[in-house]
Amino acid sequence: MMALRPDLAAIAEMIPKGARVLDVGCGDGALLEHLSQTKNVDGRGLELSQHNVNACVARGLSVIQGDADTDLGEYPSQVFDLVILSQTIQATWEPKTVLGHLLRIGRHVVISFPNFGHWKVRLSLLAHGRMPRTQTLADEWYDTPNIHLCTIADFVDLTQTCGAEIEQALALTPEGTTRSMEARAWLPNLLAEGAIFVLRANNMGSGI
Amino acid sequence: MSDPVFLRPLTAPDADKGQAVVFGPDRALLLDSGRSLAPWTIAYKTYGTLNAARSNAVLICHALTGDQFVASSHPVTGKPGWWEIMVGPGKPIDTNRLFVISSNVIGGCMGSSGPAETDPATGETYGLSFPLITIRDMVRAQAMLIDHLGIDKLLSVIGGSMGGMQALQWAVSYPERVVSAMPIACAARHSAQNIAFHEVGRQAIMADPDWYGGSYYSRGTQPSKGLAVARMAAHITYLSEPALQRKFGRTLQNKGGISFLFAPDFQVESYLHHQGMSFVDRFDANSYLYITRAMDYFDLAADHGGILAEAFRGAKTRFCIISFSSDWLFPTAENKRVAHAINAAAGNVSFVDIKSDRGHDAFLLDEPEMFATVRGFLNSVAVSEGVA
Repeated sequence: MMALRPDLAAIAEMIPKGARVLDVGCGDGALLEHLSQTKNVDGRGLELSQHNVNACVARGLSVIQGDADTDLGEYPSQVFDLVILSQTIQATWEPKTVLGHLLRIGRHVVISFPNFGHWKVRLSLLAHGRMPRTQTLADEWYDTPNIHLCTIADFVDLTQTCGAEIEQALALTPEGTTRSMEARAWLPNLLAEGAIFVLRANNMGSGI
Repeated sequence: MSDPVFLRPLTAPDADKGQAVVFGPDRALLLDSGRSLAPWTIAYKTYGTLNAARSNAVLICHALTGDQFVASSHPVTGKPGWWEIMVGPGKPIDTNRLFVISSNVIGGCMGSSGPAETDPATGETYGLSFPLITIRDMVRAQAMLIDHLGIDKLLSVIGGSMGGMQALQWAVSYPERVVSAMPIACAARHSAQNIAFHEVGRQAIMADPDWYGGSYYSRGTQPSKGLAVARMAAHITYLSEPALQRKFGRTLQNKGGISFLFAPDFQVESYLHHQGMSFVDRFDANSYLYITRAMDYFDLAADHGGILAEAFRGAKTRFCIISFSSDWLFPTAENKRVAHAINAAAGNVSFVDIKSDRGHDAFLLDEPEMFATVRGFLNSVAVSEGVA
């Protein structure tokens, strides 16, 4: 088994054993494979790249080709314990709709994204007057898949708009180390390079 | 169990004809049309060994003109099995590990009850008095065969094209008996375009004066020309425009130039003629009518209030759906529609679209990505079911 990408390893740590998991944008299936081997999860994947999908299925994973922007509506409500969206929300056309679907489909949503409010990003724009390029955001502005970048503060606003309750908020370094953070405070938004949030829809009640 | 009966004498007397089960009058096959068949016969062939737990059985369902000779030579033509590239020792469907069963569909002409067989009630060949059949009838017959073989659960039901329809129907009709299903290059319904092509084929057969209203058997003829035209038209739908262009282009048969006659000038014409003529040697024209009709009638959603997802509600079967990018008979979108319906029913489904320019026929050909998918999926199912 190959070493898991650091941010995925951090997410894997958070998944309970035997959970029913949907990984949206599951890539080559590394996280799903890891979870099924180490945590006995019942895992499914949705992946845009057909090449990646074929690789996943050849590895014995249950994955279908599809687009988070258009295909999440096909999933029934509340059938997964957890829905994972890692480093993908900033690449969707309609992050609000996508988040709404995730909260509908899963009892809990684990979501990670790069923080555009990190001080290096802020400083880069201030100092150079150009779209920031960092370790996690390495593409030129014209060929980046990241069309809806946000800061931690922006994301917290979106969770409120979508009626989500923040169950856990972690600051994430590119090396994959995490530390708990107060998501609404200004300092984590300046110091965290990335974030992992665990959400749940607060209109569903705790019984679901 | 007995040897299957064939309409035509075998060219190779020593050929392996497979086996057959005859179900007596007390085990009638009830059909969707309301009619029933009794007694009736199902011919089949197995490969590999059933394990002690009876947990390694895989059913392979054949397409429109296929048969039970998946991985062994065809007793009439002597040609290799139609899926030898996929099934055998060490192959993606590995007979060292799995017990593979394949049966000739009801209505077929390779030993199972069909229009070319003798009606036990009259002693005459059935012809058009054979009842119309459906995909669900084919599957019901297979389930009785599986019962007869003492197998409770199938590790997988696998098939391409019409075989894929059967795989889907199996999972819907007998969800508790199907651990996994691999419908390849198929759909949950036959499209208007597909029905239209089938109707062209049927009309070609019925327009042949040698068809005699389906009762050609006693006259010692068969509607070969009509059946050959049906096959030619159908064969075009199995390929793709780019594949035809790549294979034949406008290349002439005779390098001397065009003939200004209606004899085949182009290589593509000769190819189609060959496809048509070689087909009539091994297939019964009435069987072609019955089986194409069964495909036309197939519509899984219609059986479930028009909502496809309802067909898969509560399904525990693991599905792996495979399509091919250039297949215009059962296009990627139709395959994907099935995957999404299973998803909507909270089922377990994988969906793989394979890039190929070979059209619908790709599922029978050397497609390494298909092999990797089948191997990976079956291995994962086998491991989770404890099949060594």
